[in-house]
Parts: sequence; structure tokens; C-alpha cells
Amino acid sequence: MRMLAGLAAWIARTLAVILVIASVNFALVHAAPGDPAQVIAGQSGASDETLLRQLRAEYGLDKPYAVQLATYLGRVLRLDLGYSYRQQRPVLGLVLERLPATLLLTGTAFALALGFGILLGTLSGVRAGRWSDTLIGLVALVLYAMPVFWLGLMLVLVFSVQLEWLPAFGYRSVGATFSPLGQVGDVLAHLVLPALSLAAVYLAVYARLMRTAIVEVAAQDYVKTARAKGLTRGRVIRDHMIRNAILPVVTVAGMQAGALVGGSVVVETVFAWPGLGRLVFEALSQRDYPVLLGLFLVMSVLVILINMLTDLLARLIDPRIAASARAA
Amino acid sequence: MNRRDFAKLVLAAGAAGPIPFGITRAAGQTRGGILNTVIQPEPPILVSALNQQAPTLTVCGKIYESLLTYDFDLTPRPGMAQSWERSPDGLTYTFKLFPGITFHDGSPMTSEDVVFSVTKALMEAHARARGTFARLASAEAPDPLTVVFKLKAPFAPFLHAFDATTAPIISKALYENTDLRQNPNNARAIGTGPFKLKEWVKGSHIHLVRHEGYYRKGEPYLDEIYYRVIPDAASRAVALESGTIQLTQWNDVEAFDVPRLKALPNLDMTTKGYEFYAPHLWLEMNTRIAPMNDKRFRQAVLYAIDREALRKRVFFGLGKVATGPVSSKTRFYEPDVPKYEYAPAKAVALLDAMGLKPGADGKRVTLKYLVPPYGEMWQRVAEYVRQSLGKVGIDIVLEGIDVGGWAARCGNWEFEISAPWTYQYGDPALGVSRSYISSNIRKGILFSNTAGYSNPEVDRLFEEAAVAQDDATRQKLYSQVQKILVEDAAVAWLMELDFPTFTDKHIKDLVVTGSGVNDTFARAYRA
Repeated sequence: MRMLAGLAAWIARTLAVILVIASVNFALVHAAPGDPAQVIAGQSGASDETLLRQLRAEYGLDKPYAVQLATYLGRVLRLDLGYSYRQQRPVLGLVLERLPATLLLTGTAFALALGFGILLGTLSGVRAGRWSDTLIGLVALVLYAMPVFWLGLMLVLVFSVQLEWLPAFGYRSVGATFSPLGQVGDVLAHLVLPALSLAAVYLAVYARLMRTAIVEVAAQDYVKTARAKGLTRGRVIRDHMIRNAILPVVTVAGMQAGALVGGSVVVETVFAWPGLGRLVFEALSQRDYPVLLGLFLVMSVLVILINMLTDLLARLIDPRIAASARAA
Repeated sequence: MNRRDFAKLVLAAGAAGPIPFGITRAAGQTRGGILNTVIQPEPPILVSALNQQAPTLTVCGKIYESLLTYDFDLTPRPGMAQSWERSPDGLTYTFKLFPGITFHDGSPMTSEDVVFSVTKALMEAHARARGTFARLASAEAPDPLTVVFKLKAPFAPFLHAFDATTAPIISKALYENTDLRQNPNNARAIGTGPFKLKEWVKGSHIHLVRHEGYYRKGEPYLDEIYYRVIPDAASRAVALESGTIQLTQWNDVEAFDVPRLKALPNLDMTTKGYEFYAPHLWLEMNTRIAPMNDKRFRQAVLYAIDREALRKRVFFGLGKVATGPVSSKTRFYEPDVPKYEYAPAKAVALLDAMGLKPGADGKRVTLKYLVPPYGEMWQRVAEYVRQSLGKVGIDIVLEGIDVGGWAARCGNWEFEISAPWTYQYGDPALGVSRSYISSNIRKGILFSNTAGYSNPEVDRLFEEAAVAQDDATRQKLYSQVQKILVEDAAVAWLMELDFPTFTDKHIKDLVVTGSGVNDTFARAYRA
């Protein structure tokens, strides 16, 4: 019963948050100077009153602002993301078409960053002060400081142009036919460079976070106890140190997962990866309001979902969190 | 107006030499092959009758055709029309179409489709075409291969309005009595061009394949064209270098990459094929705002900028310094106009004479420069101008903005200085006069007379030149108007822009008309 009530409250809260986000998005998007009609005129080299009038009527921009907002929120509640007159397609279709590419890229990058970040951070932490710790710290610092677009271009220059090992652009070979397995391999080959570029910064952050946490945990009494009772070094690190040190990393990673989706704009641009990030960027520069609003909404829902997952994960890792939540 | 009695003026292919129709191929032209190129930004739809954004026009040039094409010197050449004639009074134009033209869905293209496209579809959806075709009194299709246009009054550049970007022909059967923009056939992109749409993976690529029913036998030579969407300029340069793509056009490659790419052994570069557009860059000063309402100030700006250095340093030697409103690449250019050499001393003298004295900080006036958001080059142009004008005491503050904001603010006159570039479309009456005549001062409309320059004499000369019947008279009028505009420094013309077209050495005959990369590529082949 208590749990059901909690769930209902959570759903109500989430809905309210989504509606507020949708309204703010709407206001922000319409506050930028210029509208889709003017952008199209600006890129056509000529325009006249008739064209502007036609386009504005199509977008519903000739109606009062309040009416436009009400129409939009009504549609959001009905899960209707609207229609892009510019691309002549429903927004939902556009988003769903690009979503897999983005999920594949950000998911891979996230897994790489988290996996290697925790691994390197742990290695570094348990060898604190030794040369291998310094080396890992240095690599992390370099990765952290490197601009993503530059790293991407350098990877392309080395692995695509010089060595010719990996493709430089796109998500699959255009115009080639493969067996189903070959197709998977082809997509994976295209995925390597963009995923590495996107993972680099986050990897560095997680590695440094993990190192700090490990160093902190290593000084705790229960670690000394575990050692004293004769556990192997591996078991102490695995069961006692990592399990406790990983919590802050997971929390931060959860918060950054949202940023990862947005941050993929640059990588998607450099590698011509047909994902959501680029769709956002293009929709913004073209003032394609329906697409922009739809994307913002989908992304905010994604962030909410990821945060929820992070919460659950934190409870799994550390049962004390759930216990303290119940007590309160 | 010249009232000489014209003999029936046949402007047809006879003068143009052999028609490239059913001709035997020159040695070395082989069928087959794939061309990989790039398109950026991705077009919203592939119907150039409904959307005229630059990338749409480039891709649609392969899918749709019009009645005419234009040579490098802008002489009309056969497109889907094999011949055409103008009546002595300049009011009636009769076009004869090639037989056997079919749309990509297999249906025949006839004069009915031409009449429908010009009088219905384009009039409804194509702003630039509307300006020309609103002058039609009637358009008729007496037989399937003949189209007769009657004008309300003579309009000299009429024959320059039939390129594939201004007057693409779409199917009457598919579009008549429908809401054009919502028509489901828009996704199929049905034209008559040598290439048809096979697949469009949004965000990734557009795949075109040869139209087997193309009416010019044996053409196109290429089997397929891939337009790949590569949003980042550096990535595009790498793709070209590595051979992933074999063609870049317009500003796909930034000017600072040009010297490096030009030196590569696997690439050819040309700046030909942009004559129909003849992109012209200028510094536009809002003449509603002091001191830019004073022609001495605008003249001073022209004297203060070393445009030859701008060409060399910012554009890496591409293009040509513009001497006035008409590009030297197009028709009716007048070279004998007042000259504005680089002379900062003259600029200072003019500004002093205006009473615009420097303040204690050395600044005479501070003006905001709205930087066009079309790439890195325009930022560099802005910085160069700021440096130059700063030296004579004109303080420039750069304002960055995105395309939507730039278009809105320029159109609504909410700017002090900006640097637009516009196309000339083969005739001053189509692409030049619009920026200077008073009747085209229209708020909210981009690429109208946004500077607000107004001069009754200029209005009269442009109007007379647009309806004059013979080229000699038109040249006289246009020469006169160019001299006035340059003396007045209506805007500060900077450059006749050149765009580098890079092609792989194995791709031949790609740029064969004044429309260059926007043309059909029907005769391009892989050697």
C-alpha cells in the first residue's frame, strides 16, 4: 500500500516536472529571434510576403502566443509530439529514426567510460603514489583537457587517413552490401572512433573520482579488519573497497548520462553520425520548433528515467540508502 | 526603348552549335561508376519547386530540369526545350520541347506539365519565380511539345528565368489540385532529370540512381550519385583528401583549406560553374542610421578597406575585388565606374569633412556589425573589416548570431552593418536591382533593399533597363546606373566570391554550364 502511494506520488511529481519543462522549453524556443519562415528565406536567397505568410500559417505562428502554448501542452499530454512542416514528417517518426543511433553511441561511450574509468581509478587508487598511479593520472588529465572535436579529428587522421584501419564517417558503409553478421561488424567498425572520442572526457572524470574514493576507503577500519582476518588482496579490493568506493562514481555518472546525450552533438557532427544530437542542433539553427520541442521533451524524459535507474542502482549497491529512506 | 523593327528573332540552338542530343560520345567517356559527394546542410525536402534553400537546389539539379540551361557566358542553351523564339514585340515566347521526355514514374512530360508548373506550382510556392512569372498574361500548350508564354509587358530577362533552380518542372498529374506542401509525392521527388531518388536516409545520405528513361540517349554516364551528409567542415576536407568523396562544391571546404587541398595530386579544382549565380559580397550599411546616411561616410568605408589584401589573406586568393553592384562574371557589367583604391588618408579626409571628429579615445563613431552565421569565413571577413575601419577611427563591435536571428534582424532592419552575399541570377533585373530600388524596400523580407538606399534616378534606370528590348540599350542604362550607385557607395562592395569545386581527377565533364554543380551531371563520367 505504502509502496503504491509512493509510486503514485512519484508519477504525479514526474508529470508535473515534465509539464514545467515543456512550458519552459516552449518559452525559450520562442524567445530566440527569428522564426522558421525567416530561416528558410535566409537560406533561399530570395523571399516575399506570400512565402513568409504561407510558412507562418503552416507552423501556426500566426496565432496568439497563449493559444500556441495551450495547443502544445495539450498535445504533450496526448503524447503527440507534432509535425515538422520543414521535413514533412511527424516529429515522433524523426526522433524514433535517430534514437537508435544515439542510444548505441552514447550507450557504448557510457559503458566504456564507466568500465575503464572504474578499472583505471581502482588500479590507480590501490597504487597511490607509485609511478603507475602517476601515469594513469597523467593520461586522465590529458584526456580530460582535450577538446572532443580535436580528439575526434586526430583519431580520424591517424586511424582513417594514415592507417586506413577504420572508417571516418557515418554509421555504416554507404552503398555496400553485407551479410547480416558483416553488417553488425560494419556498424561496430564505424562506432569505434566516435565512441572513443565521446568516452574520453567521462572516462577521465570517473577514473579520478574512483581513485579518490579508493584512497579514502583504503584508510577505513573495516578494510584494515578485512586484511587482518587474512583475506586475499584481490578479495579486499573487490568486495570491500570497490563496493564502497563505487557509489559516488555511479551517482555522478547518473547525473552525467543526460549530459552525455546532449554532449554527443559535437561527436555526431565530427563523425557525421546520424543521431539525436545533430537533429537538435539542426532543428535549432533552422528554428524547426516542433522538432526542437519534441526533442527537448524526449531528452528530459530520458534524463528523468536515467536518474530513476541511478537511484535504483544506488539502492542495490548500498542497501543502507533504501533503509534510511524508509526510516525518514 | 528601341523601336527598331526586329526580324523574327530566333534565339535557338542553331547559334549554339550541335545540340548534345543523341550525339556520338567522344573517346574515353565510359558508362557506369559511382560519384560520392557531400551535401551540407541536409535539405529539408527534395522538391525544388517548393523549397529553394541552397542544398536543396544542388541535389534537385540532378532530379529536375527546366526548359533551358546556360553557358558559362550565360547564353541560353537547350534544356528540355530544343528551340525557342521571341516575337518582335518581345511579348510572346514560344518553346519547342524535345520529344520523349518522361518523369521518373514513367509518365510522359508534356507542355501541359510546363504550363502547370510555371503558372500554378511556382506561382504558389517559389518566391523568386513568382517575381518573373507574375508578369505573364497567359501560358498555353497548343500541342504536347509546344509552350507559348505571353507577357503583359516586355521583360528583357525572361529567357534567364528557365534554369532548373528557378523553373523546375513537376508533374501536373501528381500535383494538380492538391495542397502542394502536403502532397505525399514530395517524398518520392518525381522529376525528369537524369537521376532519380532511390533512397534517402535522413542524417546520413541521399542515394540517386540513373533514370533509365532519360530522353538524351546514352546519358547519364554515371550510374549512381551519393550525397553524404557531413556536417563538419574539417571532416569534409578529410573525406576529400582520403578519397571517400570525390566532389565538394560551394562552401563545403573553407577557404583556408583550399591551398592545401589544391596541392594534392588526386584532385582537380575549378572556380568555374558559378556564373549563373555570381555570388556578390558586400558590406551593407543601414542608411536609416547616421552617419551611414551620408554617402561620404560610405565612400570613406570603401577607401579604408584594402580589398585586394582581403582577397589575398582572408579568401586565400579566391575571387575578385568587386568594383560595383554588377558582377564582372555576368552580363551588363560596367568597368568604367568611380574607383575606390585603398587610401586611408582619403577616408580620414572625408570623415573629417563630415565633421565626424575622433573623440579622446580616437574613435569617431561606434557601429555594430552583425556577423553572418554561414561559416568561419564570414567571421574572418568581419574581423578584417573591424581592423581596417578601426585604423580610420570607425570603431566596430562584432555581434555573433545564428541563422534565424541573422535573417530576422537583417530583414527587419535591426542592424547597423552586416555583410550579406547574394546571387545575381544571370541578369541585373533578376538579381541586382532588387537590392537598390525603392519599390523593394520591404520590411521583414530578407534580400530585399534592406540597406534602405533610395534614389529616383536609379529606380527609373533599373525599370527602363528591365523592359528594354535590345542588349545595347540595356547596356547603356545599366552602365549609367552602375556609375551612380558606385559614386553614391550605396553599399560597400567587397568581393565577387569564387567557390572552389574540387573533383577527383578521374571524374570528368562535371562542370559544363554556368550552373556548374547545380546542373544535371548528365554528361559527367568516370575515366
